[in-house]
Amino acid sequence: MNFLDTIWLIPVFPLLGAVLMMLLGRHQFLDPQVENGSVGHHHHHDRGHDQDLRPRQGSRWLIGPLCSGFVLLSFLWSLGAVLAGRTEQVLFTWVAGLPFPAFDGRMVTLAADWGYLLDPLSAVMILMVTGIGFLIHVYSIAYMAHDGGLYRYFGCLNLFVFFMLVLVMANNYLLLFVGWEGVGLASYLLIGFYFKRKPASDAAIKAFLMNRIGDAGYLMALFFLLSIFGTLRFTEIEAAPHPLLGWATLLLLAGAVGKSAQLPLFTWLPDAMEGPTPVSALMHAATMVTAGVYLIVRAEPLFRLTPEVGSLAAAIGAATAVIAASIALVQHDIKKVLAYSTVSQLGLMFMALGVGAYWAALFHVVTHAFFKAQLFLGAGSVIHALDGEQDLRFMGGLRHQMPQTFRTMFIGTLALAGWPGLAGFFSKDSILTSAWAASPALFGAGLFTALLTAFYMGRLLFLTFFGAYRGDQHVHESPKRMTVPLWVLSLGSIGAGWFATPFAAWLGATPEPHSWGIMVASGAVAIAGLGIAYHFYIGRPGTADRWEESLPPVARLLRARWYFDDLYELIFVRGFARQGGAWLSAWDRRVVDGAVNGAGWLARRTGAVSKWSDTWIVDGAVNFTAIAVKLSSFPVRYLQTGLAQSYALLIVLSLAAMAGWYLLRSA
Amino acid sequence: MPWLTSLLALPLVGLLVLLVIPGTARNFIRLWANAVLLAGLGLALPLWQAFDRTASGYQFVDRMPWIPTLGAQFLLGIDGISLLLVMLTALLGPIAALASWNAIEERTKEFYAMLLLLQFGMLGLFLALDLLLFFVFFEVVLVPMYFLIGIWGGERRLYAAIKFFLYTLAGSVVLLLGIIALYWQGGLQLARPTFELTELLRVQLPVDTQRWLFWAFFVGFAIKVPMVPFHTWLPDAHTEAPTAGSVLLAGVLLKMGTYGFVRLSLPLFPEAAREAAPILAVLSIVAILYGALISLMQQDWKRLVAYSSVSHMGFCTLGLAALNSNGIAGSVLQQINHGISTSLLFLLVGFIYERRHTRQIADFGGLAMVMPRFAFVFAVAVFSSAGLPLLNGFIGEFTILQGAFVVSRAWAGFAVFGIVLGAAYLLWLYQRTMLGDLRNEANRGLADLSPREWVTVLPLLGLALAIGVYPKPWFAVLERPVLEMVGRMGR
Repeated sequence: MNFLDTIWLIPVFPLLGAVLMMLLGRHQFLDPQVENGSVGHHHHHDRGHDQDLRPRQGSRWLIGPLCSGFVLLSFLWSLGAVLAGRTEQVLFTWVAGLPFPAFDGRMVTLAADWGYLLDPLSAVMILMVTGIGFLIHVYSIAYMAHDGGLYRYFGCLNLFVFFMLVLVMANNYLLLFVGWEGVGLASYLLIGFYFKRKPASDAAIKAFLMNRIGDAGYLMALFFLLSIFGTLRFTEIEAAPHPLLGWATLLLLAGAVGKSAQLPLFTWLPDAMEGPTPVSALMHAATMVTAGVYLIVRAEPLFRLTPEVGSLAAAIGAATAVIAASIALVQHDIKKVLAYSTVSQLGLMFMALGVGAYWAALFHVVTHAFFKAQLFLGAGSVIHALDGEQDLRFMGGLRHQMPQTFRTMFIGTLALAGWPGLAGFFSKDSILTSAWAASPALFGAGLFTALLTAFYMGRLLFLTFFGAYRGDQHVHESPKRMTVPLWVLSLGSIGAGWFATPFAAWLGATPEPHSWGIMVASGAVAIAGLGIAYHFYIGRPGTADRWEESLPPVARLLRARWYFDDLYELIFVRGFARQGGAWLSAWDRRVVDGAVNGAGWLARRTGAVSKWSDTWIVDGAVNFTAIAVKLSSFPVRYLQTGLAQSYALLIVLSLAAMAGWYLLRSA
Repeated sequence: MPWLTSLLALPLVGLLVLLVIPGTARNFIRLWANAVLLAGLGLALPLWQAFDRTASGYQFVDRMPWIPTLGAQFLLGIDGISLLLVMLTALLGPIAALASWNAIEERTKEFYAMLLLLQFGMLGLFLALDLLLFFVFFEVVLVPMYFLIGIWGGERRLYAAIKFFLYTLAGSVVLLLGIIALYWQGGLQLARPTFELTELLRVQLPVDTQRWLFWAFFVGFAIKVPMVPFHTWLPDAHTEAPTAGSVLLAGVLLKMGTYGFVRLSLPLFPEAAREAAPILAVLSIVAILYGALISLMQQDWKRLVAYSSVSHMGFCTLGLAALNSNGIAGSVLQQINHGISTSLLFLLVGFIYERRHTRQIADFGGLAMVMPRFAFVFAVAVFSSAGLPLLNGFIGEFTILQGAFVVSRAWAGFAVFGIVLGAAYLLWLYQRTMLGDLRNEANRGLADLSPREWVTVLPLLGLALAIGVYPKPWFAVLERPVLEMVGRMGR
């Protein structure tokens, strides 16, 4: 059996899992019976988790392993294929539209295949998605053990892996968009997993809609690409300058900004933490949100031709990195800290893309996937142990009760903070080196972000695991099935950074030469950030509060998350949708429909007028005629007696008169 | 036996037989009407196989003299465009009938009689190749729909029915004038006066005449679609109609307008159509965004779906306004897609109404807890309507937008925001009805989908997925007629 000829199977496995869950779980999908039945042992985590959704016992032990198995199969299959080489495989013509004239006037057909491309870039993404996806599936088995809706949970998780694989394996921009929208769907379903909670369904809608704004841009980009190149297939597009290519890349960037939660479309990602924690780890940290970065790396030849769009990407990335990191400083929710951190790190990746360091962006995608997944799963382990508590203010001292979780999170924290030698250090260093070559301002933003990152991660670590426990739960370490994936990810957090040069070579890129100065600066910043955090939260507890009190406007700004949410709420939700919708509805009812009803009213009025005229004029005329006839007939009436004899007499007399008159005339 | 004539005659024969069944045998009446409509579907399905995708012109043509002195014939035939709409009608007819099984307890016989008459009129319109015959069917449809809304409708049914009838009638009077004027012009140029479409296509009309005729036809069809600002009959009619009425109204009747544009207005008056295209496009874009924003505000579940039709039909007319191959093919495909996904949405709200006798969104919430399967189907319908790839709506919208883009980047640029707003009102509707806590105790005991209800939604779900995953066969049917038409219009 040849792996290369069967790469189409890679996404099929998780799809099979998703379909199987839907079919098997059709009776227990959201079993309403349970609502009244006994639930038994109820273990609470993830605020507001729902016991009503618990499926019946029985085959539920099978669900998790089965779905994990499908993803593992996918992973092994892709590993086999990647080791075997590269290929492009067209399965069938998916969209087969009609011909249209391209910008240069030649007729081309609107068409896109369902085809897969296995090249170094997609290989990295496929392995990352299936590998980390598998670990998170395994982790979920224990994490979700006490939850209901397991068929739905694992079915959606498998569905996500399927669409993510379509996204990264697609051989053209349109099929990529299928995966793109598909992961959006999976994201909607999983953020809203606890659908009885309004914040969860609100967050799900917000995520879907903000992504859709970007998707609208993506769609427009597709039309530009079609008209410029006549094809959407990666290997057929021959990048060449075109006056309208800037529009295409700008709109692709818009799509990427939505999917990867960049300014101004980043506010959905922190809200997405309403989903179960493993979902946050898999989709909203490690894989799905990096799709935007992947897209731009995929479109690298086009972006290289439009450097002004690249500069915009770099500016967006730098601003996002700093703003999101600053918001993370003051978050109390452990998952929110990590969420803003993700936004910030994605900002760094965009900065790298913008300055042309595509491989560095992708490298950071990979290292970030390891330590961010690890941190989220670690946070999940803490939340699990604290029975759903997510507030850092009610944690503390957990390193004694949860040694495994502590150790792995410690590694993850150092890796993200950029501790010299760990994964984050190297990938961040690659980005900073490229940024320095492009613009000192970008470099400054990157370095400042690194400082903030080290600080808020130190804060998270110290508030969670050091000091005294400030809550009132019975704390226990999580089971092995949860800690083992944590340790596996730790290996990546420690070691992945050392492969920068082979990684760049694999992608065919040449990295900027290392600069010891930048390395020292970035290492020093990481250590300084962690040190300040130590001083603030361990050395002299209370320092942070004093700082906040002494800088009220800054604290307010950060607490209010730079007012982005409020602004959007005001403009789009209340202003545009509510007010605009209400105004338009009133307009539709009063004016547009009013005109129709007015016409109807007018018709009825004219009807009344014509009724009057009908009665008095038209009918009056008729009646008048009748009366006139009646009156004029007055003399004749006496002739019409109804008697045959008098008629006969009349006829005879008339005939006699006519005959007489005729005779007289002819004579 | 001529195929298309049989297909058309079947509901009429069924209707005649129905009339002699005693009105008290309600179940037998239901069974009979369902059987007749299902047989119609059975008769229509083999057309899909038998239809020659490579042949030019009309196929399965049945020709009989009708009013020889006027040159009007009973002339039926299909090309790829009408084939799709005939299939859609043949499918939605039995679905609407089956969905009404329990809903209609009063005047059952009259109800099914009207449904059969409606089916006759709808099929006839898509089959007719003679303009007078086309017009007759255009009008025939009004009568049963008027009664369906006026007798079996909701609280404001009389207002809605009269509004629907008068509004559409007003449009069709102007259409009739246009047809007569065209007939007159044709009579001057052709050997003998005729209403035959293919003959009239040969008539050379000065641009000035084209302009008058185009706008006369426009009034008739734009009201039917409906295009903004002629749309206000629609929310009333859709909302007040019984489920079967809403399904057929949204699924088929609206397409009579767009079909009229495709079949008559564009090929008959190409120069005028080119002139008018920017106006049509702007009206379409307004419809897309305006309809979506008003949908956001609706408190009535059914009214929301009704307004969403305004938005979706805006995509269909935008594709037509592009006057190019992908715009028109996308438009026709989107007409089918809209027929599928909006019918699903109307069926689902109908199921709920039968159970709860309210359509107010505020009365619901948390239904996913008690009706998980309903919630699943509703979710598919929502995403199909919102144009998620791999479901039907995406292909249509994508192709239409591409067609529009080729003509004007601005058209596509504005219309594309319809996909954001479309997702907004649908997901919000879903949240308010299906998700959250089961606040209203009255909803606690609601039964999930019954087997009969499953049968009505399954074919539509299957089609939504089939078109989304493999749209190629649908384009294959459309390719020939659309390219011929575009060639005719010189684009």
